[in-house]
Amino acid sequence: MQKVDVGKKILSANEEYAFKNARFLTEHEILCLNMISSPGSGKTTILTRTINELKDKIKIGVIEGDIQTDLDAKRIRATKAPVIQINTDGACHLSAAQVDKALRKLPMDDLDLIFIENVGNLVCPSAFELGEAGKMVVLSVAEGDDKPVKYPSIFAKSKVLLINKIDLLAAGAQGDFDIERVKADARKLNKGIEIFPISAKTGEGMTNWYKWLIKSARKNSV
Amino acid sequence: MHEMMVAENLLAVISDEAAKRNVKPIGAKISCGKLYAINDEALCFAFEAIAKGTDCEGLKLEIEHKPIQGRCIKCDETFSVDLSSPKCSKCGSDDFELLPDAPLLLEEIEF
Repeated sequence: MQKVDVGKKILSANEEYAFKNARFLTEHEILCLNMISSPGSGKTTILTRTINELKDKIKIGVIEGDIQTDLDAKRIRATKAPVIQINTDGACHLSAAQVDKALRKLPMDDLDLIFIENVGNLVCPSAFELGEAGKMVVLSVAEGDDKPVKYPSIFAKSKVLLINKIDLLAAGAQGDFDIERVKADARKLNKGIEIFPISAKTGEGMTNWYKWLIKSARKNSV
Repeated sequence: MHEMMVAENLLAVISDEAAKRNVKPIGAKISCGKLYAINDEALCFAFEAIAKGTDCEGLKLEIEHKPIQGRCIKCDETFSVDLSSPKCSKCGSDDFELLPDAPLLLEEIEF
């Protein structure tokens, strides 16, 4: 029995694609955000509202990741924004190779910003780099205020946290959700994380998110 | 269940390294940062399933989880972060930054 030291990165195939994607995006001066959350947190609603309200300011494209169906892509398509749907056929996250293919189908010369809406899952997508400038995590108040503690990885790695569905707080429907706890727990893991409480349904809080997004898209970094 | 994709990549890397050395691997040691959220049981199960019928069939995996490292802003100490109670192990301050997670590495092959 013998042992040999190897010291080789296991995900290097994915990392090579991620690196290639990052370079391709930089060449086209496009900011790319990898959007991660549980299913049902409101990612697509956030995107459709953001696209519609920023139409005259920034040109946005979307890569939609879902296990199956093109339901989300149809909702994005209704905004007239370019969208590419990826079906992972069971896989719980997108890979950089899938994003590479999708990027090549988007009108890259005509975009300022690309959102990658990852498969709804708070764990797996955070382990795979796609070539994005930054990750963003969406947490809806219906999911409870303990999620940064229970799923630290994505909160530690994200540049932005959107706390969605705050209209439920005002309606008294989620009385035990402590928004300050979420902010404090997220900042314990990630000092620099930008946090925007929003309601993509009513539009509350969206202005601050838009300001940050436009600023980041203009300087092409997060 | 991202362990399946990790297992697929791992099988490819081990097969590649073993072929280069012309050996049949019987064990492998890998390491990864905790933020990869790798579940040992799920990874071993996935690896066993996809390694069937290959040179890696029956290979024993050993997985080392590297702790998350933080650097204290107050006292500059580098320490292992306990996510259930994240604070500096030296001065107790919760004012710290997380250092990049350790990569997912194939450390060693046994044959």
